[in-house]
Amino acid sequence: MSAKVRTAQRHDSALKHVTGQALYIDDMPEPPGTLHGALVLSTMACGRIVRIDAAAASAMPGVVAVLGPGDIPGRNDVAPIGQNEPLFAVDRVEFAGQTLAMVVAESLDAARAAAAKVGVEIEAEEPILDIATALARKAYVQAPSTVLRGDPDTAMASAPHRLSAEFSVGGQEHFYLEGQIAFALPGEDGDLTVHSSTQHPTEVQHVCARLLGCDFNRVTAVVRRLGGGFGGKESNASWVAAAAAVAANHTGRPVKLRLPREVDMVATGKRHGFDYRYTVGFDGDGRVLALDAVLAADAGWSLDMTPGVVARALTHTDNAYWIPHFRAVGYACRTNKQSNTAFRGFGGPQGVVVMEDALDRIALRLGRDPVDMRALNFYAEGRDETPYGQKIDENHLERCWAEVKRGGEIERRRAEIDAFNAANPVLKRGLGLFPLKFGISFNLPHMNQAGALVHVYTDGSIRLNHGGTEMGQGLFIKVAQIVAEVFKVGVDRIRPSATSTAEVPNTSPTAASTGTDLNGWAAWEAANTIRQRMVAFAAEHFGVAATDIEFADGNVRIAKPGSNQVLSFGELAKLCWLGRVSLSSTGYYKTPKIHWDPAAMRGRPFFYFTFGAAMAEVAIDTLTGESRVLRADLVQDCGESLNPAIDLGQIEGAFVQGQGWLTCEELWWDARGRLRTAGPSTYKIPGSRDVPPVFNVKLLDNAPSREATIFRSKAVGEPPLMLATAVWTALKDAIGAVADRKVAVRLDAPATPERVLAAVEQVRQGTRTVAP
Amino acid sequence: MADNIRFTLNDELVEIVGVPAMTTLLDWLREHRGLRGTKEGCAEGDCGACTVVLERQGRRDAINSCIVLLGQIDGQSVRTVEGLRGAEGGPHPVQTAMAEADATQCGFCTPGFVMSALAYASSGGTSDPDAIHDALAGNLCRCTGYRPIVEAMTRIAGLAVEPPPAPSPVSPRTASIAFDSAFFAPRSLDELLALRADHPEALLLAGATDLGLLASRARTPPKAVIQLTHVPELTAISSTADKITIGAAATYAAAAPILIEAFPGLRAYLSRLGSSQIRNMGTIGGNVGTASPIGDMPPVLLALEASVTLVSQRGMRELLLDEFFLDYRKTALAPDEIIQSLSMPRLWEGETFHCDKVSKRRDQDISTVAGAYRVRIRNGKIADARLAFGGMAATPRRARAAEAALLKDGFAAAARAIAMDFKPVDDWRGSAAYRLQVAANLLRRLELRLADPRRVLEVEAL
Repeated sequence: MSAKVRTAQRHDSALKHVTGQALYIDDMPEPPGTLHGALVLSTMACGRIVRIDAAAASAMPGVVAVLGPGDIPGRNDVAPIGQNEPLFAVDRVEFAGQTLAMVVAESLDAARAAAAKVGVEIEAEEPILDIATALARKAYVQAPSTVLRGDPDTAMASAPHRLSAEFSVGGQEHFYLEGQIAFALPGEDGDLTVHSSTQHPTEVQHVCARLLGCDFNRVTAVVRRLGGGFGGKESNASWVAAAAAVAANHTGRPVKLRLPREVDMVATGKRHGFDYRYTVGFDGDGRVLALDAVLAADAGWSLDMTPGVVARALTHTDNAYWIPHFRAVGYACRTNKQSNTAFRGFGGPQGVVVMEDALDRIALRLGRDPVDMRALNFYAEGRDETPYGQKIDENHLERCWAEVKRGGEIERRRAEIDAFNAANPVLKRGLGLFPLKFGISFNLPHMNQAGALVHVYTDGSIRLNHGGTEMGQGLFIKVAQIVAEVFKVGVDRIRPSATSTAEVPNTSPTAASTGTDLNGWAAWEAANTIRQRMVAFAAEHFGVAATDIEFADGNVRIAKPGSNQVLSFGELAKLCWLGRVSLSSTGYYKTPKIHWDPAAMRGRPFFYFTFGAAMAEVAIDTLTGESRVLRADLVQDCGESLNPAIDLGQIEGAFVQGQGWLTCEELWWDARGRLRTAGPSTYKIPGSRDVPPVFNVKLLDNAPSREATIFRSKAVGEPPLMLATAVWTALKDAIGAVADRKVAVRLDAPATPERVLAAVEQVRQGTRTVAP
Repeated sequence: MADNIRFTLNDELVEIVGVPAMTTLLDWLREHRGLRGTKEGCAEGDCGACTVVLERQGRRDAINSCIVLLGQIDGQSVRTVEGLRGAEGGPHPVQTAMAEADATQCGFCTPGFVMSALAYASSGGTSDPDAIHDALAGNLCRCTGYRPIVEAMTRIAGLAVEPPPAPSPVSPRTASIAFDSAFFAPRSLDELLALRADHPEALLLAGATDLGLLASRARTPPKAVIQLTHVPELTAISSTADKITIGAAATYAAAAPILIEAFPGLRAYLSRLGSSQIRNMGTIGGNVGTASPIGDMPPVLLALEASVTLVSQRGMRELLLDEFFLDYRKTALAPDEIIQSLSMPRLWEGETFHCDKVSKRRDQDISTVAGAYRVRIRNGKIADARLAFGGMAATPRRARAAEAALLKDGFAAAARAIAMDFKPVDDWRGSAAYRLQVAANLLRRLELRLADPRRVLEVEAL
């Protein structure tokens, strides 16, 4: 019996991808009369809208309408969780790139040409463009929140050693290759179908309905696949879809809105940049006794999903480490920039860097090995409760750590690197290790639910639908494998279908790495319901016990005394239909055990933790600050992997994306708050040469999830992105080598050549902005 | 008689009627031809999702269809992802290799990668990782982390890919042609100069790797262009014992072999200039003509003491490149003139040439600072030096104070003198202070390099 799960199965669309046959929204044939939208954006970061003059634009050839706030029949608010985040700005602009109006025209070029002719007059005001200014002015999008355990003040005061430091990390553009797009098609009675490149079809449905002032049941959001999401197509996809919906409603014609790359980059939110300030208390062996940390996030101009990002940062500041007395305060700073949003890791990456910085400094202060300092502080028996009160029942830190050190031959390479550094004044190499613990589940318990819909047809072919979206991560094939496993048929018998709010309602976004965990179980439930009906029918029909019926290899075997009868799965399906058995079922799943008190910031927000470890080697050029990752060894816990090929792709892709965040990807706003890195010519994501030439990735073996996850697998979408933290640590190690690792290194991210060179100079001069 | 653009698309002869010649090939493919396998990811020639292949005598060259104008395709042979088939009508082996290596995730960038892979396989690409990265530098993927794509390329390297079909059946143009009375495509120097004199407002079009952005990203195509690439004098490449001469409309790809032969120090630098797609279309003449302060070639040409040959109906003149760049994007080119060619003297006995490029990403990035140095050493001492930098001023420029200091007091003095030569700006590529420091430090790198040419001085060499 060949298993369908726990096998390497190719992405279900792979052949369509390589032949150009996979359809993205912009590839769908447009019905006659289709209109195209173009946005009018603010070029001012902050100010009062004096006048928006659409007369010239309206008169341009091909222009059908120029839409503003007055053309929204419902509420002009696209906020995903808060409110007062208008689709079209009213009275004020809050960032350069904010949408003011939209032109709808017969052609894309006509729309874009007219958008450029909309007259905009804004009375400029002084914008807030950085976290420090926002903190000083107490400009927040939400009240500060705190994760607290024990008595950090007393513990800090009595700690044998203390040190403080500051640093910062930048944001990150998602740079999905397919830009934001939505295609809205009006139907009868005000019905609207919206094809949206979204990770959150239900939010698209809700936001469209909110702006149109109609019931949810009038709007159907559909998505077959996204050309990349990474968190950037949650809240941002919703407003793009809503704009298309408003225009389709206004004109009664199909409207496509596709954001050109530059518009996409200046108008949509990104990963939150963070500033950090912390004090850590520790004993003479390097055991951390207390942490007092401030994490200040650049939320941009509005709330968006910042509360969740800050919460996840605060619940991941501990990372792999037992910290008995703990305080982490999160500020969500309001700046006049793009409203920052979900991005793979969702605050987790910005949380886990704190202790990595602290442990390097502790090691330096005590003259100890920073690798040992980490292991010394790992969560372990008796030191196994997070600062927010969740017990760590399963802990693979030691295993991951040992495997990565062994696979990476740490002793040999440390010696080799030290010898290289002693002999080379210009180039320096460095080694960095990173352990990971990452919590799986949406921080908000109610979001941890999913639905699925499975149909078995009378030829035995199966149609699968669920609330998760396929954005390249392989969700569809994984869930198809699960359904195939239930029926013991080939995966090719399962037809995954476009995610639609009409098929499975009230869904959660495909986010927080939970896609397979949630939708996989829901699909299993649906499939298993049908299977049980089939078994019950067959037992009666053939006069055998249910236990005498076995599904295997696309067949169903009826064990009878003396003779077995074998039917194909399709033959049984046909028999069931003739016997009037329903071969369609929904399935539903909610994650058990989780709870969270957002006020106290305590509870059990995560169903389980996933673990990993990374070791990276880099080289830097002390003349130019250029750097290169030479090697990376990764170990990632995927539980009992449902599909090792897909999981490997997630791990590799996430690591490289994380490496980009911490090295070459720099967002740069000018003094007026305009984002000037608004295209691939100026914003540099990693290219193929940037991938470590030696790149060893291992899935932790023999590690079935202790919790009852689907086939004991674990989530994989986000966690490995954080493994790239090892690159940042390695860069600091290489920079420290300039002064024989005698001086603490402050290295803000992204570690561009300029920042690396500045850190080198700082180390050379032996100066420190904050004494360790 | 109206001239229509004619070309071969996926083995089929196509004649364009009623679509402006300034339309990008990508827009035509997607919006007019209905071939939507080729994607728009950025519309600025940087992401490679729009990559298609030009089939030229025995070669397949990857290009960015988003910044190529239809008029440029006249007489050419184009293959898109839809035009790839295997022997039995199934997927092409290149496509199969990509799928089997799990090299696709979201799939949006994939058709572009497939076409780059086809070009690579057709050019006899090997499994050498450096060569693979060179071939992929113009294609961005945000999902896979590239490892499986590189693995697919390694598998593809061993494939015997069928050669491109016989050259396009489109009959070649013998005389100057104009599409839409706006896209002029002269076939001789005389025709070109006459057009230039008659249409001083027209933009000169070589590879369109810069100009094409007007049509693709800015959506404001030029009113008129004069295409340079069909004029033999402008694409000629010649070399004598003394000098190399590169026609202004010769592509980087065409010029690279002779440049690297004459100036081995250019090898790595040229591999970092744009991407394979850009080098297959872009020209050195264009890079000089746009006079961008951050163009990659001007510092090289300045250091090499290149001269530029300008020609108009009034005659021909030759200027040292030092005299050509006047100010920010301003040159000595008269309205009726064109750049015919660039010449650079070969290295003399005792001379070496080196160059550096510092950018945030190694491949396909624009220089934060570029440095190029032609140095003559006599009796173990520096006898002459030309040091030129990009990214340091409003124009690419020589560091004359540093040159003088180098001859007089050595490298340390030259590095200090950089601050007298340049007042760079702060921007997203780097601060002024960083640029000054790097330019000075690059002279230190040069000193170390001259002292021991075998010494490993760059992270990329590790």
